[in-house]
Amino acid sequence: MKQNLIIIGAGMATGRALETLLDADPDGWNVTLFNAEPRGNYNRIMLSPVLAGDKTYAEIETHSTQWYAQNGVTCRFGEKVAAIDRAAKTVTAQNGDVLRYDKLMLGTGSTPFMIPLPGHDLEGVIAYRDLEDTQRMMDLGPQNKCVVIGGGLLGLEAAAGMAARGVDVTVVHIMGHLMERQLDEAAGYLLRRALVDKGITVKCSANSKEILGVDGHVRALLLDDGTELPCDLLVMAVGIRPNVTLAQEAGLAVGRGIHVDDQMVTSDADVLAVGECVEHNGAVFGLVAPLYDQAKVAARTLLGEADAFKQKELSTKLKVTGCDLFSAGDFADGEGREDIVFRDPARGVYRRLVIENSAIIGAVMYGDTGDSNWFFGLIRDKTDITDMRDTLIFGPAYQGGTPQDPLAAVAALPRDAEICGCNGICKGQIEDAIAAGAGDLAAIKATTKASASCGTCTGLVEQVLAVTLGDDFVLPAAASICACTDMTHEDVRRMIKSQKLMSMPAVWQECGWKTSCGCHVCRPALNFYLLADWPLDYADDPQSRFINERKHANIQKDGTFSVVPRMWGGITTPDELRAIADAADKFAVPTVKVTGGQRIDLLGVKGEDLPAIWADLNAAGMVSGHAYSKGLRTVKTCVGTDHCRFGTQDSTGLGIKLEKTLWGHGRHIS
Amino acid sequence: MSDWIDIAALSDIPRRGARVVKTHLGCVAVFRTGADDVFALNNACPHKGGPLSEGIVHGNAVTCPLHNWVISLETGQAQGADEGQVATYPAQVKEGRILLDKSVLVSRTPA
Ligand SMILES: Cc1cc2nc3c(=O)[nH]c(=O)nc-3n(C[C@H](O)[C@H](O)[C@H](O)COP(=O)(O)OP(=O)(O)OC[C@H]3O[C@@H](n4cnc5c(N)ncnc54)[C@H](O)[C@@H]3O)c2cc1C
Ligand code: FES
Repeated sequence: MKQNLIIIGAGMATGRALETLLDADPDGWNVTLFNAEPRGNYNRIMLSPVLAGDKTYAEIETHSTQWYAQNGVTCRFGEKVAAIDRAAKTVTAQNGDVLRYDKLMLGTGSTPFMIPLPGHDLEGVIAYRDLEDTQRMMDLGPQNKCVVIGGGLLGLEAAAGMAARGVDVTVVHIMGHLMERQLDEAAGYLLRRALVDKGITVKCSANSKEILGVDGHVRALLLDDGTELPCDLLVMAVGIRPNVTLAQEAGLAVGRGIHVDDQMVTSDADVLAVGECVEHNGAVFGLVAPLYDQAKVAARTLLGEADAFKQKELSTKLKVTGCDLFSAGDFADGEGREDIVFRDPARGVYRRLVIENSAIIGAVMYGDTGDSNWFFGLIRDKTDITDMRDTLIFGPAYQGGTPQDPLAAVAALPRDAEICGCNGICKGQIEDAIAAGAGDLAAIKATTKASASCGTCTGLVEQVLAVTLGDDFVLPAAASICACTDMTHEDVRRMIKSQKLMSMPAVWQECGWKTSCGCHVCRPALNFYLLADWPLDYADDPQSRFINERKHANIQKDGTFSVVPRMWGGITTPDELRAIADAADKFAVPTVKVTGGQRIDLLGVKGEDLPAIWADLNAAGMVSGHAYSKGLRTVKTCVGTDHCRFGTQDSTGLGIKLEKTLWGHGRHIS
Repeated sequence: MSDWIDIAALSDIPRRGARVVKTHLGCVAVFRTGADDVFALNNACPHKGGPLSEGIVHGNAVTCPLHNWVISLETGQAQGADEGQVATYPAQVKEGRILLDKSVLVSRTPA
């Protein structure tokens, strides 16, 4: 005797359950599959590649009409189940049909949460959940504007997909950084930068106030700071709620989701539930990995086999081309937790591991997620990492036997690993070029263009050469900062960041400085790097700055100094000129020169007079023109619309604005 | 006969910094190293007279701010490939005070 199994919802979870069940017991069941969507099971998570144009809908269908037919599944797609009568063991379809079940499986998924903003019911305000939503977005093109509310996984995949179609997309996110549940700030920053590079406008810490419409259709989103973001379509991707209405009306035990036990059985022994609609041990679910586990357990339960659903550690990736990120576990700061952080600014790589009790409990990676599976394994297995702590962050290639050998990591890279980001050159292409005769960096550059643009991958290219050619290739030693160390500027910067070196002695120690306290070459560099990386923790060391920066004047060949007050955009006043003239008289300045940077240089000031002359100039409202700094010195302007016969724009005003915005940052502009 | 005079407190000079003492015969640069040793030298680089007191101090050496000659604070000798020497003077720290030898300063020959 076949049993009647009715399944409500043809989603990712029930699809998997059905497969497992019918594989094991093809003849035991009369299955009726209801689905509110007018189609069968498909791989919902692949809607994003469909949206981006990388896949078609046909490619993401998981079960064909043929499969349902062969397995004797009665499909009632496009039909909602209206009610369940548990006492009679029947369900009522939308059209009034009443069907009897022996076993019932609920897999109703979730409903997207729509923020009840004024205007949320306007035409053109949609969620991102099913093929219909996807199609609405796919209908947009370069002539259209779209606003996405929500900077989480779903919102960003929607935004990136539409941006790939040329749509002008703005993401509005209420939190300070994107994907804040999965990423920390640093990774959020890198992600934002990558999305902005794709032409997406990203607004964080932005509060939506109202959806504005015209003739019943959305026209713009109004933020609470008054900004209006015009749009033809507004996508809300701010979260999901388990879809429990039907279960609730049927009197099943429901909390946030439908309560199930470890066997996926609800409060009614003949009713099972799987997927996003369930609540298990207080948790609800939003990713497919646990749902697949649930599906298997539910099938086993129906088969009368013993199995139990266990919640596992979850990880997240974002399916946006060019944004490689990975997040798993718990990475909030906390007592007894330590961080290991690795950053490579040039490659846009960020890795952070959170350690507690000698095990990794959380990981966030951006830019280079190649080793993510390995790290995820360590989290899941709670592996004790004490012995590999020093090299842990560098990944599996650095563990055991060959620590710190950079060639091992390069050798371990697959052929499709990108080496040169600027020109999109993979390791395989470089290997092919080497096989075709290219024997050194110059030849690789000439034949593949690898490292021919920004040059940051030069080291990697050389390592590929070394790995491929073996002894035939001699790695050129990179120039070290100075004689105090063998490390390059990049090496040291990496150490400062990854090892959290926050003082000069820490750098000297950890990087094996050969001198007690550096020299005139490395100290100013270290002082700058430390200030740049740890602006709050590191105190500037004046004794590591060149004399000009200490005295706010330029030392001259005779040991006197030159003093250059700032003149914003080259504009001055009679009062300023008088003050300069007075200072020149008072301090017997031998030479007064107009500079090429549109300001006035007082040359030949004695070192001991500098505080006094600056006091006078400051009193007249003038500050240093930083004529010595490795930062913004001056902004030269032409007079622009105020006076020029041919002026079309306020160039002086722009110059002043630029100078006022950028001065005094003391940062290298390279 | 040395005749020590109190110039300043050690703490008046920052670590790896210098101050200048004006004498009748010229400026003397007084250096304090990272290890709190004190040295006194002519404040004029043997290369082109650069003010050594304005240089960056590292170890027991200072780099001249004009052309980066490195001068030993102990011997006054230019280091490395450069050749030249600058006069040095006895200096010591006692109970946190910097002392210079007046007798030597007075008898020094003008640079
Ligand atoms: C665009 C997108 C991208 C995603 N990307 C990822 C990802 O990269 N990784 C990841 O792990 N997860 C991802 N997810 C989440 C994942 O898709 C869901 O967790 C998963 O689909 C949930 O499966 P389910 O079976 O519980 O529900 P669903 O797949 O939503 O299926 C539920 C079905 O039940 C139907 N239904 C509801 N009520 C009734 C009723 N009364 N009668 C009949 N039918 C009904 C619905 O129409 C729906 O078809 C993504 C989701 C979306 C929308
Ligand atoms: S004057 Fe000192 S290095 Fe030239």
